[in-house]
Amino acid sequence: MSEKASLLSIYKLLPQTNCGECGEANCMAYASKLLERQKNPEDCKPMFKGTKYKKNLIKLIELISPPIREILIGIGETTVKIGGKEVLYRHQLTFHNPTVIAIDVSDTMNAEEIRSRCIFTEKFSIIKMGEELKLNMIAIRSASGDPERFASCAKLVSEICRLPLILCSLDSNVLKAALEIESVSVQRPLLYAANKDNWMELGELAKRYNCPIVASSHNNLDMLISIVSTLESMGIRDIVLDPGALLEGGQIKDTINNLVMLRRAGLNKVKSTRYPLLCIPAAVWAIENNDKALTSYRESIIASLLINKFADIIIMHTLDMWALLPVITLKYGIYTDPRKPVSVDAGLTQFGIVDEKSPVLLTTNFALTYYTVANDIEASKLNCFLITADTGGLAVEVGVAGGQLTAAGINEIMKSSDVTSKVKHKRIVIPGRAARLKGEIEDVTGWEVMIGPQDSSEIKTFLTKHWEEK
Amino acid sequence: MGETESDSFGYIKNLMKAFENINELEIENVTIQAEELSFLIQPIMTTVAEGLASSKLLDVKRLIDSKFTIPLEKFSGQISEVQIGSTKSEGGSRGRIVKIGGAKTMPFYSFEFENQNRPAFAMDIFDVPLKLAKMVRVHYEDVVEDPAEWAKRCVELGADVVSLNLISTDPLLNDTSPKEAAKVVEKVLQAVDSPIIIGGSGNKKKDPFVLEAAAEVAAGERIILNSANTDNDYKRIVKAAIKHNHSVIAFTPMDINNQKKLNRMLLNEGLTKDHLIIDPTTAALGYGLDYSISTMERIRLSGLLGDEDLQMPILSPASNAWGAREAWMKNDELGALEYRGPLWETITALTMALSGADLFMLSHPASVRVLKSLIDDIRGITAKGKDVDDWITCLG
Repeated sequence: MSEKASLLSIYKLLPQTNCGECGEANCMAYASKLLERQKNPEDCKPMFKGTKYKKNLIKLIELISPPIREILIGIGETTVKIGGKEVLYRHQLTFHNPTVIAIDVSDTMNAEEIRSRCIFTEKFSIIKMGEELKLNMIAIRSASGDPERFASCAKLVSEICRLPLILCSLDSNVLKAALEIESVSVQRPLLYAANKDNWMELGELAKRYNCPIVASSHNNLDMLISIVSTLESMGIRDIVLDPGALLEGGQIKDTINNLVMLRRAGLNKVKSTRYPLLCIPAAVWAIENNDKALTSYRESIIASLLINKFADIIIMHTLDMWALLPVITLKYGIYTDPRKPVSVDAGLTQFGIVDEKSPVLLTTNFALTYYTVANDIEASKLNCFLITADTGGLAVEVGVAGGQLTAAGINEIMKSSDVTSKVKHKRIVIPGRAARLKGEIEDVTGWEVMIGPQDSSEIKTFLTKHWEEK
Repeated sequence: MGETESDSFGYIKNLMKAFENINELEIENVTIQAEELSFLIQPIMTTVAEGLASSKLLDVKRLIDSKFTIPLEKFSGQISEVQIGSTKSEGGSRGRIVKIGGAKTMPFYSFEFENQNRPAFAMDIFDVPLKLAKMVRVHYEDVVEDPAEWAKRCVELGADVVSLNLISTDPLLNDTSPKEAAKVVEKVLQAVDSPIIIGGSGNKKKDPFVLEAAAEVAAGERIILNSANTDNDYKRIVKAAIKHNHSVIAFTPMDINNQKKLNRMLLNEGLTKDHLIIDPTTAALGYGLDYSISTMERIRLSGLLGDEDLQMPILSPASNAWGAREAWMKNDELGALEYRGPLWETITALTMALSGADLFMLSHPASVRVLKSLIDDIRGITAKGKDVDDWITCLG
């Protein structure tokens, strides 16, 4: 949120009729949702009708627009939204619009390879804590330099998958050939990239086809913002910044400095810096290295570094699951709302249909521990009770080590949740990582303790094997 | 492309066309259907606002020359420097020492300040064998029975510091006495000349006595006692540290306010700021690392902004990453385990380094090797590599 925006300054611009069309009780409540970015200006329908609120609407949009421009690439449901950033550190508000990950193809790959890379990217899906983690775009490189070849490659990609595109060539004739294909230009692809030599031709293309465009300069921020201000003066508004693929050895120092300086300047509302950032971990493959696994490893680490340091789009080359998984997991974590509490309520939860013979399991109230266990229980359709002990929001191992997960604490929650009246047995399964509490828990509660698996994904196997036979 | 999409695209295209001539546009003539355009509306509306504000476009023929002004920020605070280990001339027997801390800006913002101290890497060892992830175990299989040999192995593998955890003192494990456990500390100190960290078992009653005994046998060596917290007899630990010139780790579970409170308590006991390292908890990637990022960034920013109770170097036990199932679980869909495990630990540690951590505990040799060279890259110590300005073509 920009510095000048305050609850009152937003409220003053609203109709103040408390009509409730936005779904909020009154205009003040709506103003607070706008401030928190949980609602958008278009939720206030009266402001879009007639001329009465026209001036206020424009003021409102100016007031609440984030310092870093929000840009859309693509059309339809796979559209990606980048930028829209307001803070340098996630605890200051939250990071909006997670880093978009593009996978590259090139016009020198054969059709089969292009097809399989596109399908891999589009189908990629991991479910984590009930959310789907996906790859988001395809970057098409003109490795051949041949306009026709690039155009037919872009056409092929647009037919295979519906993901938004980045068209990569420094030659305007090459990009133009692809944009002349309706199924490509209709998607409003991101053009990569305008540099100090080709800005005029590429700028014209971006205007003509109404496409967002990357401004690129190799480790020269003066040049970068010169290109940006030139594109701006041509009337182009959707610009993405690329300070250059500096990824080898000591160049990484420049990369971090450039990204931090650009983002800080943008948040300070310095002209020509208020745009999303693009980085290219895929460039590690341009350095001679015969070991594919090592290069994937390096790319995964570099991508993680860039996501940590404000990259809004990254282009990756590896398709190795082990290399993509940590990157996409990191992105998911960094972009969750930091105000989400670290712990869930302690107590007793029932899963499925329970009776007096149902197993009783134990976990801690660290939100991620709890949800991991709960998801595993639900996924294996178990009928059981789950006791959530209060560790002040710590995971099992840390809780045992730090003394927050104790027999006394477990006893307390068992009593207060009245689990004894719900089951006839006196057996509890504790996490494998809390094994050393077995004796103490048995002494304090008088229940028999079974040491469960190290990981909750094995609960079902464990219960089938050990619970049933008793 | 389905018909609906074409239609909606046509609609958007027309809308865009309408906006091109922005000065003539009468917004009341366009009834914007928010439902249809929820994705597009904001940038369009921003365009409206900008369009109305801006003057006529120039016919641009030349590149407009602009200068980027480096946006500097001045922090009033500085993170204290902590020396780990002491040499003969300093009253110890270490062949090398490690200095951490000293930051004046957020990590690696070297356009503002170049920190002379690089983050340091400790490797974990234990006084009795314990269950380790298979990918970690294979590197130590032959030494897990002998902490002195295990310590030597870690130094060979690149550890700056050896972190010995006296877990056998746990009353629920071997219940080794503090005096017996301290003998292992002596052995390790003799086996390697690197600085060391001594950890207890996590038993809040016994740990202060275990750390006290360790502090005594290591007198003058400037080791680190791990850890003092609000639940244990921290006064005993601080007293032993001051008496024998050691440093203390203050551990709190991801809470800046508790960390501040604990630090104040330890400083009130007479511990000096150059003998205190803080551990605000490192959760594994995918299992709460984001909470650790924000806790750590808040702590570091507060210290830099002048909060004297939070101006300490930060420890990150990133070996916690091995608790994540992605790091150790065999699962063909997730790809090769031999890369997945160390990568998980490396990215956990890297993220913490970028959030403010100065000292790490790691398990896998590859994590130490990769992180050391990566941190050198980030600090610009290593030679700059080849320029890649033609990645579009040279990836093939």
